[in-house]
Amino acid sequence: MGASILPLRADGLALIRDGQRLLDNMSFVIPQGGITTIVGPNGAGKSLTLRLCHGLILPDEGNVSWAHDARLRHAMVFQQPVMLRRSVRENIVHALNAVAHRSPQERANEALARFNLNALADRPARLLSGGERQKLAIARAWALEPEVLFLDEPTSQLDPAATREIEALILALSQEGLTILMTTHDLGQARRLADRILFFNRGRLIEDRDSASFFDAPETPQARAFLAGELI
Amino acid sequence: MFNRRIVLSLALATFASAAVAQTPERFIVVSSTTSTTDSGLFNHILPLFKAKSGIDVRVVSQGTGQALDTGRRGDADVVFVHAKPQEEKFIADGFGVERKPVMYNDFVLIGPKSDPAGIKGATDIVAALKTIQTKQAPFVSRGDKSGTHAAELSLWKTAGIEGEQLKGAWYREIGQGMGAALNTASALNGYVLSDRATWLNFKNRGELAIVVEGDKRLFNQYGVILVNPAKHTNVKAKDGQAFIDWLISPEGQKAIGDYKINGEVLFFPNAQQPGA
Amino acid sequence: MDVTSAFAEAFSLITRLDTGFLAIVGLSLRVTFTAVALAALVGLPLGAWLAMTRFPGRSVLVVAINALMGLPPVVAGLIVFLMLSRSGPLGGWGLLFTPAAMVMAQTLLVLPIVVSLTRATLEELWTEYRDHLTSLGLTGHRAIPTLLWDGRFALATGLLAGFGRASAEVGAVLMVGGNIAHYTRTMTTAIALETSKGDLPLALGLGIVLMTLTLAINAAAYAASRIGARYAG
Repeated sequence: MGASILPLRADGLALIRDGQRLLDNMSFVIPQGGITTIVGPNGAGKSLTLRLCHGLILPDEGNVSWAHDARLRHAMVFQQPVMLRRSVRENIVHALNAVAHRSPQERANEALARFNLNALADRPARLLSGGERQKLAIARAWALEPEVLFLDEPTSQLDPAATREIEALILALSQEGLTILMTTHDLGQARRLADRILFFNRGRLIEDRDSASFFDAPETPQARAFLAGELI
Repeated sequence: MFNRRIVLSLALATFASAAVAQTPERFIVVSSTTSTTDSGLFNHILPLFKAKSGIDVRVVSQGTGQALDTGRRGDADVVFVHAKPQEEKFIADGFGVERKPVMYNDFVLIGPKSDPAGIKGATDIVAALKTIQTKQAPFVSRGDKSGTHAAELSLWKTAGIEGEQLKGAWYREIGQGMGAALNTASALNGYVLSDRATWLNFKNRGELAIVVEGDKRLFNQYGVILVNPAKHTNVKAKDGQAFIDWLISPEGQKAIGDYKINGEVLFFPNAQQPGA
Repeated sequence: MDVTSAFAEAFSLITRLDTGFLAIVGLSLRVTFTAVALAALVGLPLGAWLAMTRFPGRSVLVVAINALMGLPPVVAGLIVFLMLSRSGPLGGWGLLFTPAAMVMAQTLLVLPIVVSLTRATLEELWTEYRDHLTSLGLTGHRAIPTLLWDGRFALATGLLAGFGRASAEVGAVLMVGGNIAHYTRTMTTAIALETSKGDLPLALGLGIVLMTLTLAINAAAYAASRIGARYAG
């Protein structure tokens, strides 16, 4: 695989649409390992930041840089996972073919086994339940052997049981060495998963702390208000 | 999945070429009139010609006017029609090489058995047409510049009826072939001029019957013309001429005379008759 | 001839597999299959390209192709006729009054349907798949194979609709094929001819086959959309 693509550096990112600064002066560094969670109210720019990091959109100001050529070495799971109109297995094989993986079938089998999806392998992916879809989306991303995984609101559509299962998966992947940058609007989830918190408000990075100190002693009035459940 | 798509495309391409590529080696295109086809004459004589010559004759049946146009554009090798003045003009304009008379039959006036114009059994076609016009009895005209249409218009003209007098609810121009005109006449209980051959071969007669026949002005001559290869180099002059030569040979003439429906001869060969 | 006996004879033509009858049915199917296959070969890539490309005048082209879906068959026939006539630009090919000419006319009828449907289907899928495919590096023309495959049920339905339109059409094939016996006589032109001769059994028999075919096409289209719905979730 070569040298690590990390750290990821976001440097002075701004995104401007219709004269509005949706993101402004956004800078942070993601080193190797751990779960970094972006929290903040709706419209804070959480998803946009993931998309910028993943390269789906380009910033109007600033830049995203990796330590090494990072093409196809980071993967992303979307809030509403895209399920191709194919079987579960074919969904994984398709992604592997797209990145010209050397042995798509074998790797797909590994992914199916790793995520307990063998029983569903030949089912049309779009008939899966919400939790199963999310699991497939993560399995599909994992199959690509990324170093960094971006997760956008991975459990926003799920019931508590499925949420628990996905959270356990995320923790396990992190322990296996995958670096994770995720967003969530669920503060409980952030508490349960995050090693580090990036708190966004109105397109700006307000606090960048380790998780425990963010929740115990937020530094800014906005963060205190947000944690208290107030509208900010 | 990529392979599957390639295989599918190849299969489709093979299929496409197979469908287009089956062309017999030797054939000519003859543009002829609906009457020769609808009467079943070609079904009778073409297999005989093919057996003799090995040439496949592809007949496109249209009205005489349209059939001559097809020849004029070079889309046929031979035209086989029945409207002598138009045929002579075709030759004079340089589109045809030579006109050969082949056969004749006659036109008959068909009408409903109830005979609203009261002309049944008449022997004078011109007088009968005058009566139809006077009584405004329904009359169906081909209206398609065919040989039969030309013959009909010339008969009306002889009766002194033309132009505005041929307008009105009683006179229906349908712009279609002989069969369609007979079907329309059957539905409307109207009169219609038909060639005898198509009439004899027509099955959906309903209340229709022959009301006037035998007038010498109802004579209907067919001629055959090779399209001029000097005008259209694609014309298969040799094979086209072979077909024409066969039609006017004793053998071809016999084949035409042998074609009968219910014991009735439909076309009378007359290739040797001077001036036909 | 009354209608009852016409029906009886029509069924007899079908059940005893009359060779002349079968030849007409066979030619019709061959011509229409070929036309639909050609339209698919050209129309699927063209529609996909239209879906994935932006250029000035694209909307005009899209509207024009949509409008061509309603192209009157006789106009398609006339266009092909004028092209292929010995006096026309492609007269040298000698294709007027051949099955190939009928294939061309029918292809012209089916092509706009295929292009238009492919474009619409792929655009819709692209909206849904954009994030995922972009993430995998499949953008622009590289996304097309995925989109075509995932749109396969909608596209199959479209091809069947094209097949239905082409196989039921009479004006264009009559004009460019000439309804030559044993050569360019299709089910529809034979029905027109035999009706004009007053030979109703053959016309009816062919009509029954055409109806059955239409029914089969619609059943297949329904099945495709049902299976598609299963995969579409």
